[in-house]
Amino acid sequence: MVSVLVFLMLLGAVAACVFRDLISAVIAAALVSLIASILFYFLQAPDVAMAEAAIGAALTTAIFIVAIRRTDRYEQ
Amino acid sequence: MRKIITILLLSIVAVGISLSLAKIPFGQPKTKVGTRYIDKGIEETGAVNIVTSVVVSYRGFDTLGEVTVLFIAATGLGAVLRIAKTKAAAIEPASFVLQTGCRVLFPLILVFGSYIFIHGHLTPGGGFQGGAIIASAFVLIYLGCREKRISEKMSTTLESLGGVIFVVVGLIGLAVGGYFLLNFLPKGQPYLLLSAGIIPVIYIAIGFKVGSELAGIIDNLIEESQ
Repeated sequence: MVSVLVFLMLLGAVAACVFRDLISAVIAAALVSLIASILFYFLQAPDVAMAEAAIGAALTTAIFIVAIRRTDRYEQ
Repeated sequence: MRKIITILLLSIVAVGISLSLAKIPFGQPKTKVGTRYIDKGIEETGAVNIVTSVVVSYRGFDTLGEVTVLFIAATGLGAVLRIAKTKAAAIEPASFVLQTGCRVLFPLILVFGSYIFIHGHLTPGGGFQGGAIIASAFVLIYLGCREKRISEKMSTTLESLGGVIFVVVGLIGLAVGGYFLLNFLPKGQPYLLLSAGIIPVIYIAIGFKVGSELAGIIDNLIEESQ
C-alpha cells in the first residue's frame, strides 16, 4: 500500500517536471502533496497531514493557477 | 555534457543524503524531552493532543514567531499587489451547478474549519490547520460566486484581533506568574472542551488570524488577476 503510494508520488513529481502544460504540472504537484498527506497520516501524524492537505494540495494549487492565468499556460 | 554533469552531481547529493539518513534510527526517541512531553504532557498542560501542548504551551513563543512570519508575508504581498490594483472588470458568472455547489459547501467547510481549531487541544489539528481550511472555503467562493468579495476591513480587523489576543494572553501570564505565555487559567478536566487553560483561547485566536490572512492573500491575488 505505502510502496504503491510512494511510486505514485514519484510519478507525480517527475510528471510535474516534465509537463509542458503548466496547469497539468500544477495538478501533478498537487497529487504529490495529497499523497504526502496520506503518508503523513499512515505515519501517525494527523496534524501534519491536515496542514499538508489544506495548504499543499488546496491553497498552493489555487495560487499557482491564478499565477498561470496571469502569464502563459505553456512553457516555451 | 552539461546534462551528464548535472545528473552526476545530483546522484552524488542523493547518495550523500541517503547515507546520512540511513544512520538515523527511524521512529525511535532520540531525546529525553520527547518522552517527557508524552509522559507528562496531559498532566502539565491539560491538553490531550500532545502536538498542541508542544506547539502552544511548551513552545508557545516559537509559535508566536511563526505567526509573525506569516503576518509579514501576507502584509508584504498586500503591499506589493496594492500598487498594481485596478478596478475589477465585468465578471462572467459561474455555471449554475458550480454556484449552487459552492453555496451548499461553503458554510459546511467553515463549520469544519472552526471545529478543527476550537477542538485543537482534543483532536488532531489546530489553529493553522483550521485557518487553512477556512481559507480554502474562500477559494471555493471565488470559483463559484465571483461577484462576492470578502470585506478587506473585516479581514484585517480579525487578523489584528487574533494577533493582539495572542500577545495579550502571553503578557497576562508574564504579569501573573513571571513568564511569557504562562498557563494562568485553570486546567480543568482533560478530554473536555473547556480544559487546558489558555490553549483553546490561543488556538482560536491563531485560527482567526491564519484564516483571515490566507483568505486575504487569495483575495489579493485573485483581485489582481482580473
